[in-house]
Amino acid sequence: MTGSPDDIIVALAGQPNSGKSTIFNALTGARQHVANYPGITVEKKTGTYRFDGRKTVVVDLPGTYSLTSYTQEERVSRDFLLHEKPAAVVDVVDASNLERNLYLVFQLAEMGIPMALALNMMDVAGQRGLRIDTELLSQQVGMPVVPTIGNRGKGIDDLREAIDRISKDGCGPQTSLRLDYGTAVEPVLGRLEKRLSENVILAARYPLRWLALKLMENDTEAQRLVREHAENKENILSSVARERELFQSEQEQTAEQAIAISRYQIAGEIVERCVKREKEEQRTLTDRIDEVVCNRVAGPIFLGGVLFLLYYLTMKIGGEHIAPWAWKYWAMLRDVIASVLPAEGLIRSLLLSGIVDGVFAIMNYLPIFLILFLLIAILEDSGYMARVAFIMDRALRAFGLHGQSTLPMILGGVVVGGCAIPGVMATRAMKDQKARMTTIMIVPLMNCMAKVPLYVLLVSIFFKEHQAIMLWFMSLITLGVALIVANVLSLTVLKRQESEPFILEMPPYHLPTITGVIRRAVERTWLFVKKVITIIVAVAIVVWVFITFPGLSEERNAYYDGEVNNATETFMKNIGEDNPYAKLLAGSGLKEFGGYWDDYKKQRMGAKSKDAKDALKEKFSREDLEFFKIVNKGKGLDGKKDKYAKKVYGAYKKLDKKLKRLDTARRKETVHVSFAGRFGRFLEPVSQWAGFDWKTNIALASSFAAKENLVATLGTIYSAGEESSGTTLATAMEEDTAETWTPVHALALMLFVALFPPCIATLIMVRVETGSTKWMLFAATYPIILGFIIAVIVFQGGQLLSLTAVQVMTFFSLFIFTILAATYFVGERSAVKKQLSG
Amino acid sequence: MTLDQMKPGNECRVVTVNMEGVAGQRLLDMGFMPGTAISVIRNAPLMDPIDIRVKGYMLALRRSEAKGVEVTPL
Repeated sequence: MTGSPDDIIVALAGQPNSGKSTIFNALTGARQHVANYPGITVEKKTGTYRFDGRKTVVVDLPGTYSLTSYTQEERVSRDFLLHEKPAAVVDVVDASNLERNLYLVFQLAEMGIPMALALNMMDVAGQRGLRIDTELLSQQVGMPVVPTIGNRGKGIDDLREAIDRISKDGCGPQTSLRLDYGTAVEPVLGRLEKRLSENVILAARYPLRWLALKLMENDTEAQRLVREHAENKENILSSVARERELFQSEQEQTAEQAIAISRYQIAGEIVERCVKREKEEQRTLTDRIDEVVCNRVAGPIFLGGVLFLLYYLTMKIGGEHIAPWAWKYWAMLRDVIASVLPAEGLIRSLLLSGIVDGVFAIMNYLPIFLILFLLIAILEDSGYMARVAFIMDRALRAFGLHGQSTLPMILGGVVVGGCAIPGVMATRAMKDQKARMTTIMIVPLMNCMAKVPLYVLLVSIFFKEHQAIMLWFMSLITLGVALIVANVLSLTVLKRQESEPFILEMPPYHLPTITGVIRRAVERTWLFVKKVITIIVAVAIVVWVFITFPGLSEERNAYYDGEVNNATETFMKNIGEDNPYAKLLAGSGLKEFGGYWDDYKKQRMGAKSKDAKDALKEKFSREDLEFFKIVNKGKGLDGKKDKYAKKVYGAYKKLDKKLKRLDTARRKETVHVSFAGRFGRFLEPVSQWAGFDWKTNIALASSFAAKENLVATLGTIYSAGEESSGTTLATAMEEDTAETWTPVHALALMLFVALFPPCIATLIMVRVETGSTKWMLFAATYPIILGFIIAVIVFQGGQLLSLTAVQVMTFFSLFIFTILAATYFVGERSAVKKQLSG
Repeated sequence: MTLDQMKPGNECRVVTVNMEGVAGQRLLDMGFMPGTAISVIRNAPLMDPIDIRVKGYMLALRRSEAKGVEVTPL
């Protein structure tokens, strides 16, 4: 953002739902940059444009109704205007809602920066029969007023021109707007201002009338400024306190009430003069839609439908059709990477199994995220989100959550199969910091897509007769536990977080613009990619190191090498020395053939139709005719038989099987002696309380990088071989665990996984959205403790009373819902108490 | 009377906002001035929050917040 001294910075302010972001997009086009304000999670968007050869940097301030210091957004906006000293401020004003918007205009004007109004949504105002005399309005507020229609780009050139003008004039017309706060307030303001002006630093840095007003409003940030910069701070603050007390006893209202009333009064008078209502207020389309959408019966049904559609479009259409289509390209990309890497050795293993696979495991979700973010952007821009909060608030509030927690929880997977990442990201729309933090902490407890394969695996082995009901139990129980946790957290560790009253504007419905929606969806997807990929790489390396090192001892390696040699020798003996192919397969030829064989087998499996098979044969025979005869069971393309080749085929098939078995055994042993294996066994004395052996421990530890690893690692450990499909893993596990595992083992594991810490990618988003490493660590540790306690209770309880898993599940659900009911009443009581004291 | 006691379809005027701190300030910011006309439009499905029209726009607020707004029915 460095540039010539001619560059100017312009702040874009405005109330929520004033169409500020459409103006921002229209002004700056694609030249945008999104970041966070340092230390907090409020988004800072900047964009640039050129006007008359001069570069203008536009900073999009958060949408706020006022400029108090009560909320993060308001503080951010204020601090920016106070400390960054932009050359101009543009306030985007909803023309159809002028009175309330003027309330903010006045407060911005008091900060003493050259200012212009973008009188936006002129079309909506027109439809509602409002005619605004912009000329007169401009006179009344003492600043340029530019009528705009942001989503159609109307008035943008005029706005750029106005910005240019006021930023050059410097001390332009903004001085002419000076609100008269009346006979009760003005004398006090005068006295305070005079006292403040005795401080050189304060006077140089801050508009004193504004500071005096804020002190009268009992604004904590203004008090902080005085404490920091004024020599006679105690003097000032005590006289402010005296003035406030005196004012309240004389006027029978607080100073902040009187100030707000004056502002609204003047806003009302200006509207009276400048706005003509040409037709009677009618029922708008929004009113008619709300009649249905917020109806007591139809509303929740409609909401259920919308959420189902959201779920269906992302998880079903996105997950089952569009994502696999994209996976093809990811797989192709992986093959390309694989082909340029060294053929074997640690480097290849690290880059491919470690980094590439780690990154791609997450990248696989990108298409789903993109669709999801598109749909969410549509919901947000349409105005429906406020209605969701309206409908759901009462049900969620008792658990320390908020109406706006609905969407994050659904995305996380209340119904089996969501993803915590978009869930955590969706909390960004929540203004109530306390409810937002609570929501972020519990979203990862929902049942994400990657937990489901483990449920399915275990249920199919241990609960063959009750598969559906067990899955249903799982989602019910996780929801129950999540609500309990939410309540407990909000009454304990999150108690001191800033809470906001639920006073939520229900904006008129809007047809979202295509560019606006796409822009937001791409922005969010990109944010995810940017944040997550780098860290995933680091974590993938660590995980790889843990399951690869220290590696097998030399003896064991020599043993396996010897076994491989033996097998190869047997193979050579089997095909016979007189076999003409023997020379071809000697030395490195065998390895080359091995690659050819694997390729052929793999592609052969993919080729379904006869045509495809023929084409495949054609291709492979062209590559190497001799090899082809072998893999084609001794037949050439012409169908001519070659008994030597056939013999090689039979022998190699045996060798291949033997080699694969040796390879798996070697990998299994490597894991066993690896750091991860040691770690797993180290934890066994404790984890056995929940019924987990060291193999389970390794799988759980590896799933920290990505939950998909859970089933994959189990696959490695339970020796289902490299090309294990779900069913073979189930069989392998079933055989392996038949002796030692009961369904209660499986149940304890499922419950632990359900509550298990979020994957790394989610934790990174928790870090991004909470802006705090401490909270990220909390989100990583509390589920382990909670999950372990629950797993131990279930496992020990089940063993002790020798119950069946279904019985345990039933008892446990009853237990959970009893606690849930109890916490509900505790939550309600504390809400009532707060209300009485507030 | 307070705003939370109004029923859908009722209209009233604000007498005063009896709330301090962030909720009181927010109500002032949203235009709850003495004399401001309010019409109660509907209750949420679980009776809380309520949906009202004030100064030409729609606003949802919880009953706990509405309790802090003293009104006279019209």
